[in-house]
Amino acid sequence: MSEENGKLNILVFTCNWCAYAGADLAGVSRLQMPTEFRQIRTMCSARVDPEFILYAFRNGADGVMVAGCHPGDCHYIGGNYRTRRRMALLKMLLQQFGLNPRRLRLEWVSAGEGQKFARVVSEFIEEIRKLGPSPYRKQGAKHGQENITCPEKRG
Amino acid sequence: MARKISLALKRGASCVGCDIAVVNLSQKLFDLLEIADIVFSPTLLDVKYDDLRKMPDKSITIGLYHGAVRNSDNEEFAKIMRDKCQVLIAYGACAHMGGIPGLANVSNREKIFQTVYKETFSTDNPKCVFPQTEWVDDRGHKLTLPEFYDEVYTLDDVVDVDYYVPACPPTHEMNMEILNLIKDWVEGKRDLPPKGTVIAREKTLCDECPRNPGKGKKITVEKLKYISEVEPDPEKCFLEQGILCLGPATRAGCGAPCIEANMPCRGCMGPTSFVMDQGGSMLSAIASILGISEDEIELSEEDIEKLVSQLKDPLGCFYRFSLPKSLLRKVVQDREV
Ligand code: SF4
Ligand code: SF4
Ligand code: SF4
Ligand code: FES
Repeated sequence: MSEENGKLNILVFTCNWCAYAGADLAGVSRLQMPTEFRQIRTMCSARVDPEFILYAFRNGADGVMVAGCHPGDCHYIGGNYRTRRRMALLKMLLQQFGLNPRRLRLEWVSAGEGQKFARVVSEFIEEIRKLGPSPYRKQGAKHGQENITCPEKRG
Repeated sequence: MARKISLALKRGASCVGCDIAVVNLSQKLFDLLEIADIVFSPTLLDVKYDDLRKMPDKSITIGLYHGAVRNSDNEEFAKIMRDKCQVLIAYGACAHMGGIPGLANVSNREKIFQTVYKETFSTDNPKCVFPQTEWVDDRGHKLTLPEFYDEVYTLDDVVDVDYYVPACPPTHEMNMEILNLIKDWVEGKRDLPPKGTVIAREKTLCDECPRNPGKGKKITVEKLKYISEVEPDPEKCFLEQGILCLGPATRAGCGAPCIEANMPCRGCMGPTSFVMDQGGSMLSAIASILGISEDEIELSEEDIEKLVSQLKDPLGCFYRFSLPKSLLRKVVQDREV
C-alpha cells in the first residue's frame, strides 16, 4: 500500500448483493464522493474474515469499512449477523491494540441506497482524514517481519 | 548403534520450564542420552557461555532454543546457536510465538522501565536510574548490560529456524515424538521432516477433542462465563457451556491435557498453518455463536456491542501466547483514543 504522506489508504468491503449494488448505483447516479478509497467486493459481508481486516491494518490501511445488507436482508440469511458481532469484537480488539476504533466502520447499505453509500463513504474518509495515517504504517520491518503471506488453502 | 549426535539447549527470555520439559522425558531421558550427548545446557550442566562460543561452526547436531528474544543477549545467542547447530529448533511457545513474555508487547521499554524502576511501591530509586548498557565506575572499570529491546521478538524474527515445537511447555508425548524422529534419523530409518515444519498436527484442537459436540451441531451461547466463576461440567464442550476455550483456533497435538483436567484451552500450541492470526480466528468462532436468536432483527448495533462486551480483554485471551506473531504484533498509540 501507498506510503506517501497525505494520501490515505482506505478500504471498503462491499457485499455482492446489497452494498456493491448500492455503490454501483452511487456511481451511475454520478453522486459526488471522494475517490481516496479502494473497494473490494465479496459475496457476503461475512466473507470478510477478521484476519483480512487485521492484515489490512498491518499493511498500512488507515481505515477499513465493511458494508453489507441490512439485518434480515442478507442473501445468505444470517451472514451479516456474524459480521456485526465480528465488527463489534474487532473494534474492542483494535482499541486494545491502541488504534482508534473509528478506523473500522460497519454500514448497512441496500441495493437502492446509492445516496447512503456516497454519504457514509464521504463521512468515513473525512473522519480518517482527521485521524491521519495509522500508527501501524510506521511499524518498520525490523527483523524481517514483513514476510507474512496469506495462506492459500483454508480449512 | 549408529553415530552419536550432539545436543545443545539454550534459553532466551524463558522461564526455564522448557528445560524442565526435556528432563520430563523421565526414564526416556536415558534413551535420549544413548543417542545424544548434551554438549551445552546452562540449566543442566556446568558450562560457560564461552564454551559455546569456542565450538566450531555446525559442530552441534541439534540445538533447542527456548524462550523469546527480549534483549540483545538473547539475540546474540540465538545467532551463535544458529552458527553452531546444524538443526535449530524453536522449542516451546516462547521461541515459537513469543509466549507469555511476548505479552509485554502491550507495553514498551519506556513504560516497563517506568513501572519497574520507578513506580512500584517497593522501588527505592531516588535518582531514577534506569538500566544502561554501559557504565564506568570511578576507577575506570567498565560494566556492560545487554540492551533491553522495545518489543519482544520470536526466534525466527532474528534467525533462520528449521523446526518448531509448540506448547508451553511441550508435553511428554510431544517430546517422545521428537525423540523418535531424531532416533530414526540418526539410525538412518527416515529423513527429518521438511524445513519449517511445526512438529504437531495440522488440525484444530476441537477436531481431536473428546468433548466436541459433533460437526454440524449449532452452538449458541447467551452468556459468557469465566472459569473462575463456575464449576464446569466435566464432559460438555466448554464453549457450549459459555466458557471461553481456544480450541477452535488452536493447533492439535498437545493431547489436550488441559481439557482432560477440566480446564479450557488457552491456545499455547498456536494457530494451524491455515490461518495468519490466532486471535482473528478465535474472534470469528466467538462471533458465530454469541447470542444468535430469533429476534436478531430487533437488535440494534448497541445491543450487539453490549453482547460482545461480555468478553473482557479479548487481546489477552486471544493472544496469550502469540502476540509477537500476531498480525499487529504490538500495541501502538493512535490519536484521540
Ligand atoms: S514455553 Fe512456557 S515453559 Fe517454555 S520457556 Fe516459555 S513460558 Fe516457560
Ligand atoms: S471448544 Fe474446547 S471443549 Fe469444545 S470441542 Fe473445542 S477444544 Fe473441546
Ligand atoms: S489444551 Fe490448549 S492450553 Fe492446554 S496444552 Fe493444549 S494447546 Fe496448550
Ligand atoms: S450478502 Fe450482503 S451481507 Fe450477506
